[in-house]
Amino acid sequence: MPHEVDMTRALILSLRDWHAGQSKSHPIRRVLLLVGQFTGVEPDLLRSAFARQKLDTAFLREAELVIRESPFVAHCRGCNQDYQPDIGLRYACPTCGAAMDEIRSGRELKIERVEWADDDVTG
Amino acid sequence: MCGPGSDHSHGPTPAGADLNVDLLEENNDTAQRNRLRLDLAGVRCINLMSGPGAGKTSLLERTLAAIQGRMQTAVVEGDMTTELDAERLRAYGVPVVAITTGRACHLDADLMANGLTQLEQAGSLERFDLLFVENVGNLVCPAEFALGEHTRVALVAVTEGEDKPLKYPLMFRCADCVVVTKLDLLPYLRFDLPHLIAHIHQVNPHIPVFALSAETGEGMEPWLEWLQTEVAGIGTQPVVATL
Ligand SMILES: Nc1nc2c(ncn2[C@@H]2O[C@H](COP(=O)(O)OP(=O)(O)OP(=O)(O)O)[C@@H](O)[C@H]2O)c(=O)[nH]1
Ligand SMILES: [Mg+2]
Ligand SMILES: [Zn+2]
Repeated sequence: MPHEVDMTRALILSLRDWHAGQSKSHPIRRVLLLVGQFTGVEPDLLRSAFARQKLDTAFLREAELVIRESPFVAHCRGCNQDYQPDIGLRYACPTCGAAMDEIRSGRELKIERVEWADDDVTG
Repeated sequence: MCGPGSDHSHGPTPAGADLNVDLLEENNDTAQRNRLRLDLAGVRCINLMSGPGAGKTSLLERTLAAIQGRMQTAVVEGDMTTELDAERLRAYGVPVVAITTGRACHLDADLMANGLTQLEQAGSLERFDLLFVENVGNLVCPAEFALGEHTRVALVAVTEGEDKPLKYPLMFRCADCVVVTKLDLLPYLRFDLPHLIAHIHQVNPHIPVFALSAETGEGMEPWLEWLQTEVAGIGTQPVVATL
């Protein structure tokens, strides 16, 4: 069973906590996620898990999940340059061959933002 | 952080809020609490991760036999369905908590908290120096779920070929030490150990690598010495910062 199912459960719990703390109860229309390309997370699996699990909630039932992927970027100190490792093949700096020391982007797994329509207040 | 642009022109401008919270925040918070429990009790916790069948339980068996009487040890054993691995380890006279994860392909911080609580039922965690966690055999998922461990060890068997670290870089990147297992099988394989080590170091340049056989015991000594320094290093660990 893919761990995206668990990640989605974690996502919905966090959103529920946040939603419960709001003074007005708007149904959420969009959830914006940032998912790095150097994580164990497959955006498509996350999307399909969300599409299933949101139906068990009232406040997310209409919500769309929008995933922005952040690229995998490493930095070579020797060459003082960023580069994109070739996942599955090569992680060393393409210029000097130094091993991958610093990762600048690609490890993100974040809920960036939630949105609702202002006129849709319920309860 | 660059928030998403309000570039949608249709309909009323949506109202919204920037959350910027980690998706795994709950798990990370629980992991921090586990870590505090371990630190307060002075227990060093080592999480063993690998693909299925790389030799985690066999390495634990050899290791437990070698450190018997020298370090007070316990094991949290993660397994999808059975208690078979836990049974193998109980033969060495150490407390073993078996956590069957069911459909989940990894341990998470809640399951780990549960394991710590089970160990506490027979007395304080202070009675241990060392706690091993055998994670579920899986090369991807365990790397994303912190348990509260101090150290992560990734295992890879010589039978898995030299390219594993390139195909599954995350686990090797997130590890603090790599153990190459089943070294006794080298004569039967077309496998180049320096090549594997170069791949590991491409992904994680400074990581220590041990190569050993749990079958013959070859290469166990450096691993056991490293374990000893791990357990001795407990005093110099930074206290959990965020609580
Ligand atoms: N020849 C040889 N075989 C080994 C060695 N270590 C493990 N094995 C064999 O590899 C198989 C799997 O070993 P385990 O220790 O159960 O592996 P594991 O990583 O705990 O497996 P899972 O928990 O199922 O993921 C068993 O048949 C072991 O006997 C070794 O050093 N040499
Ligand atoms: Mg095992
Ligand atoms: Zn370079």
